[in-house]
This record gives sequence, structure tokens and C-alpha cells, in this order.
Amino acid sequence: MPTKEAAQARDRAGEPVVELTDVERVYRMGNNEVRALDGLTFTFRAGEYWSIMGSSGSGKSTLLNLLGCIDRPSSGSYRIRGTEVATLDDDELSEIRGQHIGFVFQSYNLIAQLNVLENILVPLFYWDEPPPDAEERARMLAERVGLGGRLEHKPNELSGGQQQRVAIARALVNNPAILLADEATGNLDSKTAQEILALFDELHEEGKTILLVTHEPSVGRRAEHTLRLSDGRIAEVTHNREGAST
Amino acid sequence: MKGGLMRTVRLGVSSLLLHKLRSILTTLGVLFGVSSVIAMLAIGEGASKHAQELIRELGSQNVILRSVKPPEDVVTGGQQSRMASYGLTASDFRRMRDSFPGVVRAVPVSILQQEVRYESRALNPRVLATTWQYRDVTGRPICEGRFLSPDDERSVSNVCVLGYEVARYLIPFESAVGKNIKIGSEYFTCVGVMLPRVPLSADPPQAGADVTGEVFIPMETGIKWFGDIQVKIRSGSREMEQVELHEIYAQVDASEHVELVANAAKAMLARNHNQMDYNVVVPLELMMKEEETKRTFNIVLGSIAGISLLVGGIGIMNVMLATVTERTREIGIRRALGAKRKHIVTQFLVETVVLSVGGGLLGIALGLLIPVIVEKTANMPTIVTPTAPLLAFGISAAIGVIFGLYPAWRAANMDPVDALRHE
Ligand SMILES: Nc1ncnc2c1ncn2[C@@H]1O[C@H](COP(=O)(O)OP(=O)(O)OP(=O)(O)O)[C@@H](O)[C@H]1O
Ligand SMILES: [Mg+2]
Repeated sequence: MPTKEAAQARDRAGEPVVELTDVERVYRMGNNEVRALDGLTFTFRAGEYWSIMGSSGSGKSTLLNLLGCIDRPSSGSYRIRGTEVATLDDDELSEIRGQHIGFVFQSYNLIAQLNVLENILVPLFYWDEPPPDAEERARMLAERVGLGGRLEHKPNELSGGQQQRVAIARALVNNPAILLADEATGNLDSKTAQEILALFDELHEEGKTILLVTHEPSVGRRAEHTLRLSDGRIAEVTHNREGAST
Repeated sequence: MKGGLMRTVRLGVSSLLLHKLRSILTTLGVLFGVSSVIAMLAIGEGASKHAQELIRELGSQNVILRSVKPPEDVVTGGQQSRMASYGLTASDFRRMRDSFPGVVRAVPVSILQQEVRYESRALNPRVLATTWQYRDVTGRPICEGRFLSPDDERSVSNVCVLGYEVARYLIPFESAVGKNIKIGSEYFTCVGVMLPRVPLSADPPQAGADVTGEVFIPMETGIKWFGDIQVKIRSGSREMEQVELHEIYAQVDASEHVELVANAAKAMLARNHNQMDYNVVVPLELMMKEEETKRTFNIVLGSIAGISLLVGGIGIMNVMLATVTERTREIGIRRALGAKRKHIVTQFLVETVVLSVGGGLLGIALGLLIPVIVEKTANMPTIVTPTAPLLAFGISAAIGVIFGLYPAWRAANMDPVDALRHE
């Protein structure tokens, strides 16, 4: 596996970060087979901002879980920053998650007994050698998402929007190759959702690679590009004026 | 994870503190298991040590013959006074001394009923008329001066050796050696003071308190002044008892021969006595019986402790399994953020070990307290061996690991996707 520094150096705009080739994900339940992903081939490149849309059950979450390395393809190849993931064992997958993936969930998924700062630090906690500037990094990110003054607060003392900001800071703390968000604004009112989306826009400006799963067309259009799934296949790829221009 | 264990422990403690009451209740099993182990070991050890000391004082290579008042005749003597004559005789003693191979020395003891007085202070201790070899046979140490000597016997001199308690009571502030002690109506020169039998409390005995003690005089001197038959008149009754020798100590050359000598002595006494007015005590046998009792006690104790620790461990496992289910989502989050299986195992194992070791430490504290209370209230000696708390600590930590493994394993083997979906 290339070192983190080397990997980041290679993450120049336009270079492939995530490459999927003929990826299938089949759920077997007794005699039934559900092809949640059916021969997907696609490449996401550094600095791109994608939204992933599609009707319910079209395989969006399945795709995101695969990309986030918490699930493995049934067949096909999946490379992240050049490393083949499909054949890795559990420990190696964990390693990839900790080093290269930033995940933002619909339901925030903060750890209740940890405060804001500790929650942001969780991904680094599992590194074999935590970076020496871990805490500094976490403080800066908290500042960045507008929670610099609430480092000691527990999740249940924060609003939904604030919790999602913490989750975003946590997803960024390991400097991931790709930021994955599954319905990240689904639980928020529209004003708060707009704030979060503005944050994604900013991150995009800074050159982060972002994948956003959403139901809402208005949210989907904020991204540069939209990938539409249908029955586990790519149905349509759109390039949005709105997302590209801002 | 450099220095990560410390962080994991801190994390575990803070998770446990989220449910304080539950955590405390969970540790109760281990707490009581551990404290009962320590307390029972201390009490058992104390009782056994005490018994061993008492027996050892009798001498492990000795066979002791004792006079015993035989069962009362069914027919009572009506109004007339009765003289009960029983017990060991001087000829028993001579036979023990001269005709038993393996008996190194034999010592007669007769106990006199005489008042012992120094100036205005008086006592009624056991006055033992015996020979100078008494000390060699019983091994009882002298605290001051000397014991009776062969010379004392040869010259039938009026000398006595006081037991520690008697000396302390009669002559509290000075050395008793050289003082003239009145026994019965005769004056005896004190030549020595014995060490007490069992450790005494530090305070001097109160005046008039029931001081049980001993005074030793030479056998021949005793016979000279008080006769060779001891008559005891029981107060408030007309019964009189007549005993020649109260005890005979026979020291055997080797422990292997103790049983032989004891059996031979029983046979000899059976031939020469027409009633059961004697008793043969074999300290070695008592000692072995005591060992046996202690072993049984330890097995019982071990089982009780084992069961309570098992129950404690199962309690912990139960709670941890519930915790794992309750925190499925947290496990999913941590896994999604890069935690490996071993991290999850460690996290939950640390929590159970913190629980059980916490219970163990509280148990040790309680277990050390109970013997103190027992000693104060029940006046029983207790001995806390340093290994007991260490053992208890080790066991409680082991319980945490053993009963924590399964819940931790369950937690670590959850599928991250499923775990995340868990509500
Ligand atoms: N663990 C599973 N076991 C069996 N089938 C599953 C499992 N997870 C997903 N599926 C199936 O795979 C297909 C894709 O599911 P997925 O969750 O990816 O859809 P989605 O696009 O995220 O839908 P939604 O918009 O409702 O979240 C569905 O048909 C679903 O029933
Ligand atoms: Mg979904």
C-alpha cells in the first residue's frame, strides 16, 4: 500500500481516486438473489463532486458501502488510490477505512459518551501510529465547521445540524481520499440542510473528492455531476451547470 | 496503538460510569466472592494456627496419659461422704519410664490444690509437682531465671517456678526471681518464670480476676509437704477425690514410634486399671486430624468461593452481552471509522476487566475488614496471609478476561453494515 503522503501527492485533480470495474453485489436470501449492483464500471477522479441519485432500492447505499469499504463486492474489482480492495481481509479493510475514507451518515452516528473533540478524533484513534498533530487537526476542523466553541459538548447537547457538522469534521480528520455521504441532509430542515450543503461546496472548492447520495433533486443538482442508478446499473450521467458554475 | 491501552481503559471507565448503578450491581458478585475468600481464609488460617499451637505445646513426639474421673456409679452413697479414688499411679509411671522401648523419658505430674500467696496477693493456680525433665518434654520456654533442676530434686528443696500470669499477678512490678512465695503453708523460693502459653493481651490482669496460671515445684518436695495422694474436696458437696498422678508425659525417640507406644500404653493401662479412669492423648494424631480438618475446610471454602466467583462472572458476562447488544450501533460506527476487530475486542474486554477488577479491589477491602471485625467482636484469632489478596486479585482479573471474551468476540464479529443499520 502506498504511503499516505505519496497517495495524497498523487491525488491531483483529474487523477482516478476510485475505480470500479464490473462490480457486482448480490444478496442471497434462501433461493432468492437480489442484484443490488449489477456490473458497475465507473471511475471517480480527484476533486470531483458527484451526487448519486435513483429510486429507492436502486443500490445507492449498497454502492456507498462498497466505496466506504464496510462491504465487499461479490465480484469485480475496486481500486482506491491504486490499491485493490476487493480481495483484502477484514483488518486490511479496516485499515483502508481509517486511512482513506471519510463517511458521513444520515443519522450523524456520533458516539454518545464522547464529546465533540473526542468524536472527531475517533478515526485517528485506531491508527497504528496516530499523527502527532491529531488534536490540533481536530480543533481546526471543529473551528472549520463552526463548532470551535463547543469542543466539550456531548452529542445530545447539540442540534441536528451541529451534530452533522461534527460528523463531517470527523469524516475529514484522516484527510480521506474520498468523502462519502449517504442522505447527509435527509434528517435536517431545509435551512440547516442548506448550511451543510454550503459546507460541502466549500470543501469542493478546496479540492476534496465528494460523493453525495440523495433523493432530492435540488440537492443532487448542487453537485458538479450526477450519477443516476437504476436496478444496480448506471442509468444516466449528468453534468450540472448549477453545481459546476458556483 | 501506542499508549492506546491507557486511552482504552479511560474510555472503558467512562462507558461504565454512564451506567453507574448497573456497573456497581454487576461487580457485587465478584466483590462478595473475593471478600469471602479472603475473610474465610483469614479466619480458617487463624483458627488452625491457634489449634496447631495448642497441640504443638503438648509435644508432637509425646504420648500423654491423663487421669479422668470415671463415670459416676449409678448407686449413690446416700448421706455418707464418699471418697472417689481413681487415676494414674506411681507404678504406671515407673512402667512407662522403665519398660517401654522407645520412651526416652517419662515425666509425672500431679496437680495440687494449694493457695499461692505473695504478701497480700493470693491466687489458686494449678500447682504442678513434677520433675526437671518436664521442660524438656514439653519444650516450654523460660522467660526469666531457670526451670527446676536435678539438684532441686536431689536436695528436695523448696523452690518453685511461676507461670508468667501468676508472676505478673503476684509480683506485678518487680522480678519474681528470688522472692519467697507461700504455697499452702510453706515458703518456696522462686527460681524462674515461664513464658505464657498463648499470647496474652498487654494489660496486666486485674486484681481478683480469675487468673488461671501454673506454678511448678519438684515432685519430691510436693510429696514431702503435701503427700503423694491428692485429695480434692469439692466445695458445697461432701465428695472427695483422690488422685495420685494427674498426668504422665512420655517422650518417644521418633515420631514413627508414637503410635506404637500409645497402643502399648493403652494395653498396659487396660491391664492395670479396672475402670476407665485414664485417657491417652497423642498430640501427633491430633495434629494430623487438625490438618485433615483444615484440608476439608479449605475444600469447602474453595467450593463456596469458586461458586460465588462463577456466579459473579456469569453476572458480568450477562451484563456485557446486554451492553454489546445495546451498543451495536456504536460498534458499527467504530468499525466504519477504521476500528479493527481486535480494537473492539480490546474495548469490551477492558470494560469487563475493569468491572471485575473493580469488584475484586472492593472485595479485597471488605475481605480485609471482616477479619478485623471478627477478631474484635468474636475474639477469634485471624491471619491474613499476603498471598490471599494477591490470589483474589488475580482471580478477579482472570474472571474479567474469561467471562468478557465471549461478549467481546460477539461484538467484534458483527457485520459493520448490519451493526450500523441496528436501531
Ligand atoms: N442486507 C441486505 N440483504 C438483502 N438485500 C439487501 C440488503 N441490503 C440491501 N438489499 C437490497 O439491495 C437493493 C439495493 O438496496 P440499497 O439499500 O442499496 O437501496 P438504496 O438505493 O439505498 O435505497 P433507498 O433510497 O431506499 O435508501 C434493494 O433491493 C435491497 O432490498
Ligand atoms: Mg439507502
